[in-house]
Amino acid sequence: MPRRRRRDLLEERRFLAPALIAPAVLFVGLLVGAPLILSVYLSLTNATAGSLTGDFVGFDNYASQWSDPNFRTAFKNTIVFTLAANAIVVLGASVLAHFLIREFRGKWLMRFLVLLPWAAPVALSTIGFLWIFDSLFSVVNWTLKELSLVDQFNPPQWLGEPNKALAAITTVHAWRLLPFATVIMIAGLASIPKEVDDAAKVDGVTGLKKLWFVTLPLQLPIATIAVLFGIVFTATDMAVVYILTRGGPFNSTQMLPMWAFQTGIQGGSLGEGAAVALFLLPVLAIVTVLMLLFARRVEVT
Amino acid sequence: MPLRRRDNLLTWLVVGPFAIVLAFPFYWMLQTSLKSELDLYNTENNPFGFGEGSPTLDNYRFLFGETQYAHWLLNTVLVGLVVVAITLAVSLPAGYALARLSGRWGQTLGVGLFLVYLVPPTLLFLPLSRVVAEVGLQDRLAALILVYPGFTIPFATWLLMGFFKSIPRELEDAALVDGASRLRTLTRIVFPISLPGILTVVIFTFSLCVNEFIYAIAFITSSDSKVVSTGIYTELIRGDVFFWGALMAATLIPAIPLALLYNTFLDRFIAGFTGGAFR
Repeated sequence: MPRRRRRDLLEERRFLAPALIAPAVLFVGLLVGAPLILSVYLSLTNATAGSLTGDFVGFDNYASQWSDPNFRTAFKNTIVFTLAANAIVVLGASVLAHFLIREFRGKWLMRFLVLLPWAAPVALSTIGFLWIFDSLFSVVNWTLKELSLVDQFNPPQWLGEPNKALAAITTVHAWRLLPFATVIMIAGLASIPKEVDDAAKVDGVTGLKKLWFVTLPLQLPIATIAVLFGIVFTATDMAVVYILTRGGPFNSTQMLPMWAFQTGIQGGSLGEGAAVALFLLPVLAIVTVLMLLFARRVEVT
Repeated sequence: MPLRRRDNLLTWLVVGPFAIVLAFPFYWMLQTSLKSELDLYNTENNPFGFGEGSPTLDNYRFLFGETQYAHWLLNTVLVGLVVVAITLAVSLPAGYALARLSGRWGQTLGVGLFLVYLVPPTLLFLPLSRVVAEVGLQDRLAALILVYPGFTIPFATWLLMGFFKSIPRELEDAALVDGASRLRTLTRIVFPISLPGILTVVIFTFSLCVNEFIYAIAFITSSDSKVVSTGIYTELIRGDVFFWGALMAATLIPAIPLALLYNTFLDRFIAGFTGGAFR
């Protein structure tokens, strides 16, 4: 009976495992692997929006982008945003996680409020910030004016001046990443075995000393993972810049994903756009390697 | 163990300011969404209070009555549900197999899948935009349903792998010894026990879809097929005319249910996320 035989085959470990995993691998290969290869191919051609192929041009796209001032700004900004936002996030999250892991009164409410930026769709909360930083009705400026901290008639234009716009974008990124990093760090703290606490107590290690010599080293690997995630999320996000400034004023807040979108989709230069996006690949590769190394270390301990 | 009074106060003093800063934009959305046009654009008014004609639900009426907002919400939910269904169908077996059935190489494959989750849409949207146009899915929700599993499957498989690992093996072995087949054991014992974990995956996968921005803005330009993450910005902001009250109502509405769900399922999310390989 063929039906019977098929069932027997599925009982067999050798066939069952691959059969269960195959669809996932197939999906990922088709939806991530193939487009990634296609992206590399496109970046080596002069393909435009109308077609999937073009003439092979070698590394011309990369070279012409590298000498483009807008690309340079985008490249620099991507690094600056990512580092600045993640520095704020690490500091904030490690403090917050330390207190949020405790059992205190009102914890549910506090946790709800803290999680909001992570749960809300980023494109939507960024529109909220567009309003908060509005040129005429900014609540930030209203408060600063009331406190007489800024010029009544010439308040700061948060999204209209290059440096302030950079600061605004960094703020939004840090604001949005903080809850996620906190959650990861809480997980890290929770995974420290109870025996470590007891051992520290027996040895008379308490307070700041314990924090520095016991808790922080044990928390480091998972904190690093939070940072690596943060780096990937910030460096590859387009929504925040797209909504707040569209890369302006005068391309001063341009970022690689935004520039890739403008070059590839709006400008129609598919090949050049792909090249811009692929400049992110080395960053991701480094992050990936670091992550693997850390994952292994955590597994060992 | 509840904290002593002094520690309770200290915790509030530290967590409180964080909570205020992190939640402020949402409070501000609420405040703005309840204001009348007159009140909102009168710079003499204190923005933290309510002035002429406020508070009012006019903005909400406008949003649901005069715009396609409800339609975009529906689109979003539709895409989310279909993608969640596809994701579960693929990730449940894969997550289980990676957790149980395969040895060393299974571990490697698991970590590999997880790393795929880190390949961002930013790298893929340009080639995919051509593929989508080529197969005639431009401007259709099906385009999003087609590409979203690319990031939801690695994510969900990873989480599920973490959950399945925490189920005691003896439970399954007992069923197998009793003569039940592997697949029967899966559907009758493993999946029901993992239900809370599976629910967690459903919620976080769904919210990944709601969050997505690049694909949605690159593939879809007709307002009929838009989802909330792109529709509000591209359709409700026209030139220099801003309906700030309605805009803020529109951004606030999806955030609240999502945040409630996140808060409820957070502990399970942590367990699955870190249970996969990081321990």
